[in-house]
Order: sequence, then C-alpha cells, then structure tokens
Amino acid sequence: MKTEQTDSIVIEQAKTSIKVPVIEIINLYKSFGSQEVLKNLSFKLFDGENLVVLGKSGSGKSVLIKCIVGLLGSDSGIINVFNQNILALNRKELDEVRQKIGFLFQSGALYDSMTVKENLEFPLRRMKKHLHQKEIDEKIIEALENVGLPEVIDKMPSQLSGGMRKRISLARTIVVDPRIILYDEPTTGLDPITSDEISLLINEVQKKYKTSSIIITHDIECARTTADRLIMLQDGEVYEKGSLTKFEKSTDEVIRSFFK
Amino acid sequence: MKIKIPVTKAKEIARIQALRLSEKTIARQQATSNFFTDIADVVLFISHLFKETFSRKFEVHEFFHQCFKIGYKSLPLISVTGTIMGFVLTIQSRPVLVRFGAETILPGMVAVSLIREMGPVITALICAGKIASGMGAELGSMKVTEQIEAMEVSSTHPMRFLVVTRVLAATLMIPLLILYADGLGILGSWIGANIKGDVSFILFFSQAFSHIGFIDLLPAVVKSFFFGAVIGLVGCYKGYNAGRGTESVGKAANSAVVLASLLVLIVDMIAVQITDMISK
Repeated sequence: MKTEQTDSIVIEQAKTSIKVPVIEIINLYKSFGSQEVLKNLSFKLFDGENLVVLGKSGSGKSVLIKCIVGLLGSDSGIINVFNQNILALNRKELDEVRQKIGFLFQSGALYDSMTVKENLEFPLRRMKKHLHQKEIDEKIIEALENVGLPEVIDKMPSQLSGGMRKRISLARTIVVDPRIILYDEPTTGLDPITSDEISLLINEVQKKYKTSSIIITHDIECARTTADRLIMLQDGEVYEKGSLTKFEKSTDEVIRSFFK
Repeated sequence: MKIKIPVTKAKEIARIQALRLSEKTIARQQATSNFFTDIADVVLFISHLFKETFSRKFEVHEFFHQCFKIGYKSLPLISVTGTIMGFVLTIQSRPVLVRFGAETILPGMVAVSLIREMGPVITALICAGKIASGMGAELGSMKVTEQIEAMEVSSTHPMRFLVVTRVLAATLMIPLLILYADGLGILGSWIGANIKGDVSFILFFSQAFSHIGFIDLLPAVVKSFFFGAVIGLVGCYKGYNAGRGTESVGKAANSAVVLASLLVLIVDMIAVQITDMISK
C-alpha cells in the first residue's frame, strides 16, 4: 500500500517536472531590407510559464511576437506553436492557431468606432461562432469583472484613461479563452501605480486562465513582478536567458544597465 | 586666357562633381523604382480586393453599415450642393437664353446638363472630398493604432471586413446620391427660374424631362458606378497603406482626396469619349 502511494507521488512529481513547450522557435531570421532584425533566434515557451523578453528599443522584441502570431513573415527558421509550424500554415489553419493565442497590443488597439462591449463581442463572434447571445453577454461581463472594469461596458474607448484602455484590451484578449497570451509592452506609457496594477493583473490572468505568456517589456518592475524566466535580446540575438535571480546577480554591463 | 588649377584641387572638384552626378542618378533610379513599386502595390491591392470580394464569406452587416454611412449620412451635403447646382446654372444661363429668345428651352437645357455632366461630376467631386478623405483618415488611423492588426489576430480578414465593404458600398451608394442630386438640381433650377419668372412646378418638370432621353441617362448612370468604385478604392488604398506615424493619417486623407478627384475627372473624360463614339 505504502509502495503504491510512493509510486503515485513519484509519477506526480515526474509529471510536474516535465515541461511541455507551447511555443518553440528555432533559428529564426527576420530582416527588413538590408537591416537584420532577428538573427538565429531560438528559445521555448513552456506551458503555464511567464517568459519575459527584455531588450532595448529596436532590438526586435515586437517583431518577434508579431512573427509568432503570423502578422509578419520570417526569412527562415521555424516557429512551432502547439507543434504546428505557423510559417507553413495556410490562412485557414493560421486562423485556427490564432484562436489559441491572445495578443495585447502596445497601444491597446481598441476599435475606436465601437463601444467596450462591441470591442469584446467582435473577437467572440468570429472565434466562438457556436455561442448564443446570452453566453456572449455572460463572457463579456466575466472578462470585464476579471479586469475590474464592469462599469465601463457601454463607454467608447475615447472616454477611457490609458490604464483603463489597457485593461479593456486585456479583457478583449482573455474573453476568447486563449492558451497563450503575447503582451507587447503592457506597461508602456502608464504611471508607476497603474503599471504595477497591470503587472499584477497579468499574474492574476495567468493563474485564473492557466495561460502561458510572453511579455515583451523594458520595464524592469513589470519583469520582476511577472517573470518566471527571462530572455534578453540584443541586436536581434538572444544575449542572455535564465531566471530573474540570475539576471539580478549578473555582472555583465548590458544586463546591469537594465537592473540598476 | 587659361586659369591654372592645382592638380590636387582639380581632382577634388572632379570627385565632388562625380559624387553629385552619382547622387542624382541614384535619386532618379530610386524615384523610378518607387513609381514601379507603387504601381505593383496598386495592382496587388486590386487583385486582393477582387479575390476577397468573390470569396464565400461576405461581411453583410458591415456592408449595410457602410451603405448607411456613405449614403444616408451624405444626404444633407448632397441635398445642399445639388439644389445650389441647379439654381446657379439657371440664374447664369437665363440671361443668355432670354437674349436669343430661347427662354423656353431653359428647363430642358438645365436638366440635360445636370444629368449628363454636372450632376455626376460635381457630386462625385464632393463625395471624393467627404468619403475618400474619411476612408483614408479612418483606415489610416486604424493602421497607426494597430487596430487592423488586432482585427487580423481575431481571425478577421481586414481586407474583406474593411476594404471590400467600403468599396462596394461606395460603388452602390454614389450613383444613388448622384441621381438624388440630379433631382434636387432640377428643383433648384425651378426655384431659380421662379425668381425672375413664373413657371409652374409641373410645367417646369414636364418640360425638363421631355428633353431627357435614354442616351442622356444611361451613360451618366454607368459612369457614376465607376466614380463610386474609384472613390472607394482610392480612399481605402490610401488609408490601408498609410505609414506608421500620426502624420501619415493626414497624408493619407489628403492624398486620397487629391487622387480620387483627379481620377474622377479622368474617368469622366474617358466616359465622354466612349459615349460620343457610341452615339455616332
């Protein structure tokens, strides 16, 4: 009896220690004209983790996540999302993969001509076609409650503050239950208090929706709050990767310039 | 008299001149390549548009929304311009016709010139100013604020949702606005005729319509569809291909108006030539 219990514990421990990659990037190259933005980039995002990608402006961070979601093509390399190389997919197959990926844009990218409710309804109607209006309404309210803004449902994006727009944008991302969320500089342009709130919200979303995330940022406080693991990009290449502790203890000048 | 220049200085001058020439050549080559790139862009845009137009999934709701925006929301502006068009044409032509004792042909003359030329062209130019610039600015700002990309990651084809619906709505609504402007132009003409004379509404309209034939109406309606397509296409193309900065939104709107107006006049010139050839 005791042996069986021990065996089950060992199996459980083995299960948790196996890290399943949800995104795997192998030797990715991307250039615009003669300018090489990504050079031989390789890394993995594991299931359930928050991976923070650090780097200076122009280091290719935003280009990287736009390549992952298929908004930009690449010159060569492999981008496996749930074991499907998105660079080899047709439009229909790409749309199916995109239904599992949420993307939080740097500017929020809320549709100006639509109310908050319509903004959340738009992706739901296109990605979850089987849902009835009542279910759609319930999901919208749930997403807005999760970002703490149920009261702005009928407002226009122009009536919202920068922080509120980011929250609504996050609500629009999570409303379709994505398995991966790509955050493009989620705290840029926000005051320190709102930045902290957004960083905490990213953690809450990860716990509640069990998502895996890539967080592009150069905000160290956001990285400290959200990161399970970090990657630093420099001139389109992986300069360093590892845990937050490893980065904070690093004596490398480039890394130190971020973690002052 | 020869001026002696030291060899080193002469070499330097020659080098600078060669550099200037090569810069000019490069600039010329770049301008030529930009021109061909633009042409290729337009061809790709139109082919993509056709492909999406005939795809099975059509954004019906958005199409009707755009019809409402382009058609219904333009009614006040088109009402005013249409009425003024007929009114001014009458006031300006009447003295000349009176001088030749041909005042009775005033309703017919105004109706024919409104339906064949002035109504379609002036209404299309007004629409180029209102609709093409609106589309250029709207799509341009959507591009700058990443809304088009957000649409794409939501499994929505931006070309199908934003461009096809707008171009088709413009192609359908602008001919209707032109016919509406023609009607109000004749009404404006009747008001103008009554300032210095006394013509009954029924008599004026029956005289006006008795001069209008099939050959006046059909080419005007056909070219109106082309005006609509050109306005929608240019507005969407300029907005959809706007640059990244906020400055590019203004540029997109501005260039949309200029190009759409120019193309309306060019299409009109071609249409007039074709009509002339057919009517012979």
